[in-house]
Amino acid sequence: MSAELLNTPLHDWHAAHGGRMVEFGGWSMPVQYGSIVDEHRATRTAVGLFDISHMGRLRFDGPGAMPFLDSLLTRRVDNLAEGRIRYSLMTNDAGGVLDDVLVYRLAEPDGTPYYMLVVNAGNRLKIVDWIMARSEVGGRRSDAGETPLSFRKGPVEGERWRVPTTSTLLSNLLHLTDTKIEFDDSSQLDGVKMTDLTLSHGMIAVQGPAALKVMQPLVNVELTAMKYYSAAHGRIGETSGLVSRTGYTGEDGVELIVPAAELVGTWEHILAAGQTAGAVAVGLGARDTLRLEAAMPLYGHELTEEISPYQAGLDFAVDLDDAGLDARQFPGRDALAAIRNQPDLPRRVGLECASGRVPREGCPVLAGGVQVGHVTSGTFSPTLDCPIAMAYVAPQASAVGNEVIVDIRGKPQAARVVQLPFYTRPQR
Amino acid sequence: MKPEELMYAKTHEWAHVAPGAGGAKVATVGISAFAVEALTDLVYLDLPAIGRQVTAGESFGEVESVKAVSDIYAPVSGEVIEVNADLPEHLEWLSEDPYDKGWVARIRLTSEAELKQLSDFATYQRQCEEEQH
Repeated sequence: MSAELLNTPLHDWHAAHGGRMVEFGGWSMPVQYGSIVDEHRATRTAVGLFDISHMGRLRFDGPGAMPFLDSLLTRRVDNLAEGRIRYSLMTNDAGGVLDDVLVYRLAEPDGTPYYMLVVNAGNRLKIVDWIMARSEVGGRRSDAGETPLSFRKGPVEGERWRVPTTSTLLSNLLHLTDTKIEFDDSSQLDGVKMTDLTLSHGMIAVQGPAALKVMQPLVNVELTAMKYYSAAHGRIGETSGLVSRTGYTGEDGVELIVPAAELVGTWEHILAAGQTAGAVAVGLGARDTLRLEAAMPLYGHELTEEISPYQAGLDFAVDLDDAGLDARQFPGRDALAAIRNQPDLPRRVGLECASGRVPREGCPVLAGGVQVGHVTSGTFSPTLDCPIAMAYVAPQASAVGNEVIVDIRGKPQAARVVQLPFYTRPQR
Repeated sequence: MKPEELMYAKTHEWAHVAPGAGGAKVATVGISAFAVEALTDLVYLDLPAIGRQVTAGESFGEVESVKAVSDIYAPVSGEVIEVNADLPEHLEWLSEDPYDKGWVARIRLTSEAELKQLSDFATYQRQCEEEQH
């Protein structure tokens, strides 16, 4: 395995428990411990534990944090209530998706507000780069009567700060932990401090119908009282950290952020506490089959810089109709407004095959003998017991019920466009 | 069949050679337990067509798991004279009994000299141990 890969604090635990380690987003991660199907089913029927420490965690402090994030994200941040989390996108000037993120509004015990972005592992350095670049030009429309912000960048608290340009990305990989990057405008009124918590903290997802029952005795926050997409600081086992009701599996559950040094202990504590409920460690293989059944996009597959949020069916994740339109500008806003109602772009659909081979990323999708699109993710669905895929296809071929052909390594296979998601958890 | 008595290709197929009808030797071929274990979660198997002429090292079938698809390479050259037609509906045989019920195809050999390219069990075991690291 490449020496340049990052390890999560649980790396040795994974290796000692049969985890097959693979590269993912610059990290060495377990793809499975045993059977992917068994890990998938455990999450659908009981509890799955996922090491998701590879996700990027960026903290934003200072009075300028909210307006700064508001100028970067496709959804408003200014009306996010304390303790709430919002799914959002970051887009480039052409409206292409740079990343899909979660933005958290949190507060210190004394009430001081701060924000956090959780970004995809493979996009973390790109996003840090993007944020640094945006900080130089500011994020507000100059025609709104505001002077564009001009941030001054400099060393913070004695730490040497380096610009993570593309050429130095690799060398910075291992130096980025807790690098503090501070932007201040000359008036010192709009200060923003960004801290990368990715390496100093770890993250665990606990997902499945029994997740809350297993976790409740270990935490001092009332989990069932927490709204979905909310977060709270609290005790977690023997340590303390952030508990959120979020996930990427289509199941109910929580995600936990704790200091890196506490991660293994927290993980083992939850596994032991969940043993009778059937809790098992789950690798990235089942994380992928679970999110695919739930039709959640995966960056690099359903989302890229060449795909607009509207094509991906993520209209809800773009706010163009905010009150006080002039007050908020973000990269790609004008482009998104222009393509919003463009009807002829390929769109994301679900495909289901009765049986046979599994459509994989890149497989052409045909209708009437001509190619109408391509597959972006495919797998065998353990829940539906048949091959499923997500694909981008031309609008005329995208209607639910439409029959198409997937070219799988030169052989045609029948598939049908179906409603997404493939799986919705039963109401319990 | 005992795994110790089989011959193995570097691509993890096994072969068992025995005299067939008419004097020509026939190889029963399949996928090793090590390969099946590495694939895990098998979901699909594509068998070769009966009558197909194959060359050793040529892809003549596919086995697919939840996470990936792998070629099955012919460990010997010859004509496919029989396939385990029930196997695609019983993929569990590949993991439960890879050397008997999990056989894939029978090939009437055109060249016995090629068998020297295959490994014996001890050599194959060493290869698997190396691949695990």
